[in-house]
Parts: sequence; C-alpha cells; structure tokens
Amino acid sequence: MKKILLGTLLALAPLGADTIVIQNATVMTEGPKGIFKGSVVVRDGKIADIGEKVMVPAGATIIEAGGQYLIPGIIDCHSHIAGSGSINEGSVSVSSMVNIKDIINPDDIAIYRALAGGVTTANILHGSANSIGGQTLPLKMRWGKSAQELIFAGATPGIKFALGENPKRSGNPQGGRGATGAIQLGRYPATRMGVEDVIREAFNDAKAYKADWDAYDAKVAKGEHPIPPRTDLKLQALREVLEGKRYVHVHCYRADEILMMIRAADDNGFKVRTFQHVLEGYKVAKEIAEHGAGASTFSDWWAYKIEAIDAIPFNAALMAKKGIVVSLNSDDAELMRHLNTEAGKAMKYGGMSETEALAMVTINPAKQLGIDKTVGSIEVGKDADLVLYDGFPLSDFAKVQKVWIDGTQYFDRDKEIAAQAAKDAEKQQLLDKEKSAQRSQAARRPNQ
Amino acid sequence: MKLLGLLMASTMAAFAAGEAVLIQNADIYPMTGAPLKGGSLLIQDGKIVDIGAKIAAPKGATVLDGKGLRVYPGWIDSGTQLGLEEIESIRETNDTGELGDFMPQLKALSAVNPDSEHFGVVRVNGITSAIALPEGGGGGGRGGSGQIIAGQAALLHTDGWTWEEMEINRSAAMVLNFPSAGGRGGRGGGMPSDLQDMFPNANAGADARRAVLDQIAKLNAFFDDARKYKVAKAANLPDFRKDLKFEAMLPVLDGKMPLAVNASRAPVIHDAIAWAEKQNVKIVIMQPREVAKAGPELKAKNVPVILGRVLTLPENEDSEYDEGYTQPEEAYKAGVKFALGTFTNEFVRDLPYQAATAVAYGLPHDEAMKALTINAAQIWGAGDLIGSLEKGKLADLMIVDGDPMDVRTQIRHIFIKGKEITLSNKQIRLYERYMSRQ
Repeated sequence: MKKILLGTLLALAPLGADTIVIQNATVMTEGPKGIFKGSVVVRDGKIADIGEKVMVPAGATIIEAGGQYLIPGIIDCHSHIAGSGSINEGSVSVSSMVNIKDIINPDDIAIYRALAGGVTTANILHGSANSIGGQTLPLKMRWGKSAQELIFAGATPGIKFALGENPKRSGNPQGGRGATGAIQLGRYPATRMGVEDVIREAFNDAKAYKADWDAYDAKVAKGEHPIPPRTDLKLQALREVLEGKRYVHVHCYRADEILMMIRAADDNGFKVRTFQHVLEGYKVAKEIAEHGAGASTFSDWWAYKIEAIDAIPFNAALMAKKGIVVSLNSDDAELMRHLNTEAGKAMKYGGMSETEALAMVTINPAKQLGIDKTVGSIEVGKDADLVLYDGFPLSDFAKVQKVWIDGTQYFDRDKEIAAQAAKDAEKQQLLDKEKSAQRSQAARRPNQ
Repeated sequence: MKLLGLLMASTMAAFAAGEAVLIQNADIYPMTGAPLKGGSLLIQDGKIVDIGAKIAAPKGATVLDGKGLRVYPGWIDSGTQLGLEEIESIRETNDTGELGDFMPQLKALSAVNPDSEHFGVVRVNGITSAIALPEGGGGGGRGGSGQIIAGQAALLHTDGWTWEEMEINRSAAMVLNFPSAGGRGGRGGGMPSDLQDMFPNANAGADARRAVLDQIAKLNAFFDDARKYKVAKAANLPDFRKDLKFEAMLPVLDGKMPLAVNASRAPVIHDAIAWAEKQNVKIVIMQPREVAKAGPELKAKNVPVILGRVLTLPENEDSEYDEGYTQPEEAYKAGVKFALGTFTNEFVRDLPYQAATAVAYGLPHDEAMKALTINAAQIWGAGDLIGSLEKGKLADLMIVDGDPMDVRTQIRHIFIKGKEITLSNKQIRLYERYMSRQ
C-alpha cells in the first residue's frame, strides 16, 4: 500500500531536477555577464555553466528558447500569500513572539499563480496592525511541496515593523477622524508619536534583556553556574535584531516616520534592513542611504489613503539614483503575478536601464533579504531559479512560458493549456455527480 | 533628467487652442484605416482639419516635426471615478455613491472636480477622455451599493478649466445595477454560475431570491411609471407637473441614452439582456466576468460590453490562472464589441498596459488599440467626435516614440481639443523638487 501511494505522489510531483540546457535564449543575467544570447546549463539544481557557447552534457534535456528571454527567478520582498487565515496579530502593539513559520499554508493557490507570474521566492510578512509585528521568512514557491519544504533554507529571518496609519488605527476613536466618542478599542498607540514610543520602549526592554543574557553568558564562559534569566519570547526576537541576526523590515509611508525610524534605530544600535512601501522615501533618500537601509516600494500605487497622497511613480528610480538598493514588491496576490512589468515602469518613470529595472525584482530584493549569494542572478553556482518569457520580459506584451526552481520545472504554460480540457472535464464530472446525488436526495424527501 | 528637460521645453512651447498646428513626417495611426507613414496632420480650432501625405503649413501655423514619431488618438477609459473621487479611503473626498434606489436625475458631471490631481496624472499617460461613473466600482466608503439606478455617467475630457469645458456628453449613459443575488449586478461575492443551480440555497437563499424578484418588480414599475409620465407629458394636460426623475428617464425610453448595466455572471447578463429587450432600451454591459459564456447572446443581441481590469485575480480557486488576461480575447472571439475600463482611479494611467497584457494572451494588437479608442467612442455614442484620427474630429491625440501600449514608450506631445497639454503634474513636480535635494 505504501509503495503504491509513493508511486502516485511521484507521478504528481513536478519533473525532477535533471540536467537541462536552455539554449539560444536572450539571457538577462543581472550578474557580471550582463545580457547575452546563448545557453544556460543546469545541473543538480544549480546553474552549472552559462555562455554564448557551452558544452552540452550527455543526456541533458534541451530547451530550445530561440527568440525567448531568460531571467533570474523574480523575488518579491513583500507578500502575504501562503498564510493560513489572518496574518495580523492586532491585539497587542508588540507581537514579536509570533512567527509566519507557524502558519504556512502550502496549498494556497496564490503560490501557483505567483509562480505562473515568474516569482520563485517571496518574503512572507505579517500584516501592519502593530508597531512591532511578527517574525518573517522568505519562501520558495515550490508548489506541491509541504510547508517545511517551502522554507528558503539558510535565509536570515526577519521581523515586520509598521509605522503610520495602520498601527495607529487600533487606537483611533470609533467613527474615525473627527469623531468625538471615547476611544473604544483603546489599544495604544493612536498617533505617530505613540508608534515611536512603542518601538523605543520595546528596545529599551530588549537591551536590558540582552544585558541580562550577556552577563549570564559571560559567567557561563568563565565556568560559573549562574541561574539563567527568564526566557521572554517577545524580547528574544528583538535581542536577535540587536545582535544583527534578524532583519528589520519596516512598513512605512511618510517621510517623517521614515526619519523617526532611522533615528530610533540609530539610538538603539540596530539597522533597518529595508523600508517597505516607503512611498515618500524619495523625500528622505539621503537619510535612508546614509543609514544603509534598502527600500522596497510600489511602482505606481497612490491615493488609496491619505498617507499615499504624495506617492510618485518616480520613487524607485529616484531612490536608486541616490544610492539606495531598491526593489519593487507586490504586497498583493494580484500584483505579485506581474512584478516584471512593475519593473518595466522604472524605465518609463525615471529612465532606469533595463538591467537596473530588472534588478529591482531580482538581485536587489535578494540583497535586501541577504540571499544574494544563492539567488537573484544567473551566475554559475547559484540556484537554478529561472524564468523563460516569450518576449522582452519588462513589457506587458510578454508572458511567462516556463519557471524552474532549483532546476526543477514548476510551471509550463504549454502543459497548463494542454491540461485545461481534462481539468474542465473532471470538474464537470464532479459537478454532475454532485447534482445527481442532490437530485436523488431530493427525490427521497417527502412532499412538503 | 534629460527627458524631463525635454518635457519642460515642450511645456513652454505649449500651443493654445484655436492656433493651427501642423504635424509633419510622422507615422499616423488613425484606427479607422491603414496607417499613413511619414504623413501630416493639421489641427485647427480644436479639430483635425486635414490628414495627408503632405500638407502645406497654413500661415501662422506652428509646425511640429514628427520624424521617427507616431501619432495616435488619445486613450479613452470606459469606467472611472475621475473627478469624483480623490482618496479612496476618505469618504469626504468621494462623490460617487448617492443614496436612493432610483436616482436617474443625478449627474456625475457637475460633481467633477476639474482640479483633481488624478486628471494631471492620467493625462500625461495619454488618457484624453473617460467615462466618470456615479457609482463606485468597489466597496470602501463609497456607498451607493444599494442603488438600482445610480444616475448619469459622463463622458469627459481629462482637461478643462471647469466641468462644463470638460464635457463631451453629460448624459453618456444611465447606470443601472441589475438586481442579482450576488449584489451589485452579481459582481463580487456570489457563487459561480455553474454551481448556482447545484446549490440553489447556498448563498442565495429563498429570501435573497425573493429580494431579487422584488427589486426587478420595482425596476419594472419604475419604468412603467416613467412611460406613463411620457404619455402624460405628450398629452400636455393643464395639470401636468414636471418630475425630475422621470424627465431624466425620457432619453433612456427613447433609446437615445444607453443603460450602463453592471452585470457580472452569465445568468445575470442573460436576465439583463432579456429585460432590456422587453423594455426596448439600449444597454451596455459593465464589467462582465463570464464573457465567454455570455458571448453568443451578447453578439446575437448586439450588446457591447465594457471589460474591467485585465490584471485581476481569477475569481475562483479552480479558475484558470490567466482568466482575467484572456477575457478580452474571449470577447473578441465571440464577436462582441468591447472597450476597457479600469474602474479605479489609481489604475487609469495603466490602461494601455492592461490592454497590452490582453495582447500577450491572444487579443490581436489592433483590437486592443480599438478597445481603447474608436470602440469606446462608438459604444458611448461619441464615434463622430473622438476615438480616431479623422477629418472633422476633435484633435485628441498623442505623439509618441514607439508602441503606445509598451511601457518603454515615451509620450512627447498630447493634444486635447487641439490644445497642447503641459506634460507635467504634481508627481513630476515632486520628482523634480526632490531630485534637486542635495
């Protein structure tokens, strides 16, 4: 029985990682080799060779890609897919003890749709209800694999912070702005002042917590046997931030709050890894660059709320020109499916080159997530996370044809289309079956 | 930065309406005929007065060299809240959703704020005219979701000092939310039609069904009353009293104003078409989601549709991943006349890119172009005014350096009613200001 089951699973699983040669493609590497026409050799899930001419290993599967474009797998630095249910632990202002890792849902159809849009890696974050939210981590879009198998091995984990309208909303009087009623929900904070205080108070505690543990560790190192401090799961995550072992990703919109966050981080001795959304980042690009943070923004979203009123589509290009590592993220299961064309908009708005624009959804988010040693560009030795388009990939006229993660093909448009008729027939069969069951049930029911 | 300099230079050279402008040596894509390579186009008094291989410059005309450039008619977005909504989440800035079940007398046009920042933002991307709807495309704080007749949609230019100057047609269509169990024309929520007959009581319980029938009965009664009013008015009796609601319905009853009918699911579309036939009124179906299924009937009854955003998630978990991308192609294949709307102000400037996605997934390039220009104009009854480059039409056009649906293409000049538009807006000004910060 067990054997049969295993056989079925293997049949359903995506094609295994064997040796592949993708040839005659226009390869946009986002690495030192730039853009070239030629081949990419994939072996054991890694990129084994690239070049105008390559040795074709014996037994390799050849993918003829004449007239097509090959790019590194797209990386979304800000996504909320693949979670089970709610991703906002909004009951407390500091929820650093909760972890996305505990709620990964590998069956979320959004994973497959993202994959079909060329996304191979996504940073999954909590919502923005709290000044300090939960622990985050990047996933690979290995559709069909278990929750554990989606986790990007070896990636530095992160934590989500949030500034501005969202974290202060829980403290607003009911009825919104101008309402005279008492604060009903009453969760601190209700203003940007309070958001700053929540973050500074939390790090005040975290530093004391770290000092206790450092003192304990020092005593242990000396061979003493002290009583350990009490473990605090909330402060433990912030201690990791102070130790540089956990990246801080900050949801923000307005220039004032971005600057506030930089100063709060400076004063507490940690770095902001990325500012997320950061729609007014262009106003404080100098300060963001000096702090060394990355910026992950939207291409052209604006006006959906008051803190998005000064958003400009030139934000990404301007910040890049001022020396910031910039990525474009989705924050949305729909937008996630066409981040390539979001990157294209950086060419229109601000005149980025095609390489600079494509970097904003490949190597730049890889840098921001600290995973650029293994993904984000097409270079020998890196993970074979690749996307094949039927046209210039930053244009809306192009569509994804094939997607590989670790050398395994997870999406193929031709196969998708070929399977449609069978899928429809199966659905119809199930519908008919259910309908006839309903009918016979109705027939058994006495007249009313 | 270089480009911005160019933009600024063209700003200073902006031409006033009334002046003659001759565009020379440009590739002219009229939409209603074959492209004219290296041709000329003459604008005078706000209109296109001539198109030809070579046109002599009239005295005093400004000559624009279009070498290497292309001329297209401006884009038309067939579903927006432009001028009616500034910030989606702030009720005070929204004037799209009024109260009341039957409100045909409401006009979107006179609530349009000509100084809305959205106009400047969408203009520079070539959107020269749009339908402004008196009801929201989504939820949020817009209200109006309970309405059956929401009021009159306006066809307007995206430039003008006042809403009067922006007007193309203040009564382009009457917005009708066709009663359905899914709410608001079956958009959002509700069950896919292939499941509805299987679970008749799942989300549209007996009460909901009764409510729909009740609403349709009310709708019919309203039309009956409007017809009686028309008869009474024609009789010109001494005690006749003018009624603004029924007065607003007369062009609808006379077939002069179409109803823009929100209907998403195939069964709702079917009901709406059957209802319109019985009422003998013209309809345009707004944001259908099951266009392939409804296609044969739409074609047979000659009902045009306004498709919603191409870049939209599949509605059901088991829908094809490219469901939204292929909708325009399906409409085209079914022979249905269609145009596109973005239905959210934020996305209006992406209209050409939405269309390009449809091209990637099978819609012929020419058909995508038509959906954003001449088809839209014809559906909204303005086919003789806008939507193509033809003699006698308003000079709504753009001069660009490539394929206008390609994100890499830059727009060099935009004319609305023959007046050159300054290629600037709040966002460009902020960009310039903060680029100069040291």
